[in-house]
Amino acid sequence: MRLLGFGLTGLVVLLALISLVLGPAAIGPAESLYALFTDTGTPLTLVMREIRLPRMVLALGIGASLGLSGAAMQGYLRNPLADPGLIGVSASAALGAVLAIQTGIAAHFAFGLPLCALAGAVVGVSLVMLLAGPRGSSLTLILAGIAISSLAAAFTSLVLNLSPNPFAANEIVFWMMGSLSDRSMSHVWLALPLMVVGWALLGSLGRSLDALTLGEDAAEAMGIGLRRVRWQVVLGTAAAVGAATAVAGAIGFVGLVVPHILRPLVGARPGALLWASALGGAAMLLASDVAVRVVLPSGDLKLGVVTALVGAPLFLHLIYRTRREMA
Amino acid sequence: MTAKRILASILLGAVVAAAPGPSQAQEPDGAAPVRVVSMNLCTDQLAMLVAAPGQLLSVSYLAAQPRSSAMAEEAQNYVVNHGLAEEIYLLEPDLVIAGTFSTRATVAMLKRLDIPVAVLSPAYSLDEVRQRIIEMGEVLHRQEAAEGLAAEFDARLAALRDKVIRQPRAALFFANGYTSGDRTLAGQILSAAGFDNIADEVGLPSGGRMPLEVLAMADPEVLIRGSRYEGNSRSEEILDHPVVAKLREALPGAAVTDRDWVCGTPFVLRAIEELAETRRKLETSP
Repeated sequence: MRLLGFGLTGLVVLLALISLVLGPAAIGPAESLYALFTDTGTPLTLVMREIRLPRMVLALGIGASLGLSGAAMQGYLRNPLADPGLIGVSASAALGAVLAIQTGIAAHFAFGLPLCALAGAVVGVSLVMLLAGPRGSSLTLILAGIAISSLAAAFTSLVLNLSPNPFAANEIVFWMMGSLSDRSMSHVWLALPLMVVGWALLGSLGRSLDALTLGEDAAEAMGIGLRRVRWQVVLGTAAAVGAATAVAGAIGFVGLVVPHILRPLVGARPGALLWASALGGAAMLLASDVAVRVVLPSGDLKLGVVTALVGAPLFLHLIYRTRREMA
Repeated sequence: MTAKRILASILLGAVVAAAPGPSQAQEPDGAAPVRVVSMNLCTDQLAMLVAAPGQLLSVSYLAAQPRSSAMAEEAQNYVVNHGLAEEIYLLEPDLVIAGTFSTRATVAMLKRLDIPVAVLSPAYSLDEVRQRIIEMGEVLHRQEAAEGLAAEFDARLAALRDKVIRQPRAALFFANGYTSGDRTLAGQILSAAGFDNIADEVGLPSGGRMPLEVLAMADPEVLIRGSRYEGNSRSEEILDHPVVAKLREALPGAAVTDRDWVCGTPFVLRAIEELAETRRKLETSP
């Protein structure tokens, strides 16, 4: 277990460093890291501190948020298919963010953007919980997720198409697929506080989720307040995913892939899976963000493209396995 | 569109429908077209400049918007179309002028309906602006007016090309981080005003996305940025990114006025004039 912790931490640190030294402007790794820590008075310091550093920090934080919420939802719903992207939480958070930008709330009130995304995400998670229920089958969960995703995506497209701004309609791709290009430190300050709240809510779920594996009655007998757990899952996921989506768009499959890979390594304990998935999610998103920059250095390949290329086949595999189990 | 205008276009349609059909077989060297509809912002403006009084019937709705059109006021005198085959057909034109980037389906349908369509490609250089003026003259059978306009364009351009002491390095930077290089009209406007273009240095002569860090490392002397549209968008947020904000504070800047920049019309001269003014200020200051 400790080995896994060191391994994952090492991987995250390594990928974070690669993320910092990689960019369309060809600058040596040593030179760029030096400019990050000392103000050289050249544009290089500006590039490192205002472009690459926020990009790395956001990839780290957003990846951790997605991995953690995936693990928490899967533990709570006892269903390996629960992923904030797949069940519509990201899409509804994106709708909240788009509404904040288009109504001007985001421009007039500093935390308007992440808070509106949070509100959208709360509606999304609550709807899924309501429709699928804690003991709902995989089928109901996925169907509810598809319905909520499509509805939120349709409203997002509608709002952006109705905007008088000619660029707005092109932004649909960003909100559906996510991207980290051209973010700044202000985005970090906007998203990080809310993400930390989400991490705190979800991170303290370990004991409850472990107890829930024995069934709800057993968990209640062990003194776990199920209502409180449910609220913690809903608000924690909404805060983490809402903040992430507000600044980077909807990025799918991280919360699906990471817990799936790590589950056997933590002995299938949902509590231990939480922190492992947070680290794993950070590593996966950093790696994806490195990949989009290697594939298309100056373009803006969307992050969701890479995560879906990895995640969708795994999703198919999981569906196949679930079907076999049900038969 | 106001109810009044809708009513007017319906009435107009009805009157036109009652009139005898359009001259469907227009010979190549036949009579000049008398009911011309233009459906592209750039051909709209060229047509308004070149057409004989009463010859041009309708222009696109973009031509009536001051944000995108240098002739928004003149455009008020024409029926406004939205580039839809149905409304254009009902106007019974004997010539439709479209741009290369007009909706293909619409152009194909109009051709199928036996309406002659002239397609003009956009101008990517100042030479091509001149060519388009001449082409518009041929299309409208107004060669003389077009040649006059072209001669005036040449004369004004020659007057603008004054002695350049030093070419400052400028960066064009638009929403979503787009820039325009030397193979675009915007790039040509920039170089005519006496600037070197960062986009060419970083290998984007046809324009495209210039990553923020490339912009910062290129260290331009002037930042010419896209102006904002109404409504909010995250695409334009990049113009407020701390890196761009720092460049804006530190450098002399100018904003692109879309109406003078997007179309290959004589109005590009106005854009060149304004930019050259910025350059002269830069030359005199140390």
